[in-house]
Amino acid sequence: MTRLAPGTPIRVREDFPPGHIRTPVYLRGKTGEVIKFFGNFDNAETAAYGLPGLKKGVYKVRFRAIDLWSDYAGPAIDAIEADLYEHWLERLT
Amino acid sequence: MSEEHHLHDHEHGSVHAPPQPDDKVHSYYQILGIALKELLIEKGVVSADDVRRQIERRDSITPANGARVVAKAWTDPAFRKRLLDDANGAVSELGFEMTTAKLVAIENTAGEHNVVVCTLCSCYPRDLLGLPPSWYKSRAYRARVVREPRAVLAEFGTHVPEHVVVRVHDSTADMRFLVVPERPEGTQGLGEAELAALVTRDSMIGVARASAPNR
Repeated sequence: MTRLAPGTPIRVREDFPPGHIRTPVYLRGKTGEVIKFFGNFDNAETAAYGLPGLKKGVYKVRFRAIDLWSDYAGPAIDAIEADLYEHWLERLT
Repeated sequence: MSEEHHLHDHEHGSVHAPPQPDDKVHSYYQILGIALKELLIEKGVVSADDVRRQIERRDSITPANGARVVAKAWTDPAFRKRLLDDANGAVSELGFEMTTAKLVAIENTAGEHNVVVCTLCSCYPRDLLGLPPSWYKSRAYRARVVREPRAVLAEFGTHVPEHVVVRVHDSTADMRFLVVPERPEGTQGLGEAELAALVTRDSMIGVARASAPNR
């Protein structure tokens, strides 16, 4: 997958596969913005079962709290950030 | 004295049975863990002393390590920059090794307040700060801090003004976050060791600020 540049708007895949998934359910289907690329890491989804998996790129992604929670009580500047594996990210532009 | 012990009324001269923590029933996963440990020892993969030594090593790591890192970042601008660029490398200068994960330092500023959670389990920079507090692993903290971070921070006594960004970092992969709290006012004359005493565990998780001097 082509490297996503900081600032790229993304959507997290809305998918619910079984297994050891490190993409929290509360972020699936949500839109956010790539902040930085951390590098390639063992894919936890396969590593959890002792399987040799391909390394996957991991990105820091920022979500506005008001985009996650429609009734968010704080100001619109607040954000939640998570570290997500590349195969969970869909480029929006 | 534990809260539990103190909640009932009694004469303090009365006789109590001492607490017997060993009486508690093990959960399925605790039994699984014990069985696995016993099998590994029985088959000679590890020794009981190896296990004991690792527990001892784990327990010897305390938030004081992180406090030294933060105090150095406060006093040494070049170190601060190295810490923000490559935290593993920077903490190794002080003799701290991150064995498995990538440490990422995040700085709290006048305009931005950062707080760390692991909503999926209990990821924490254990190699630097030791074991996480029990509330960090609680479902309540993990669920609520991403949902209503300002309310959770207020419960810790940390009131963040509306114009300051609150940013919650969910440790979902191999990165472990260390919050570098803001250096408190009135600490200009203090040395590194005195500054480190102001850096608490909670301030490095981001649920609190560093302590004010002379308290």
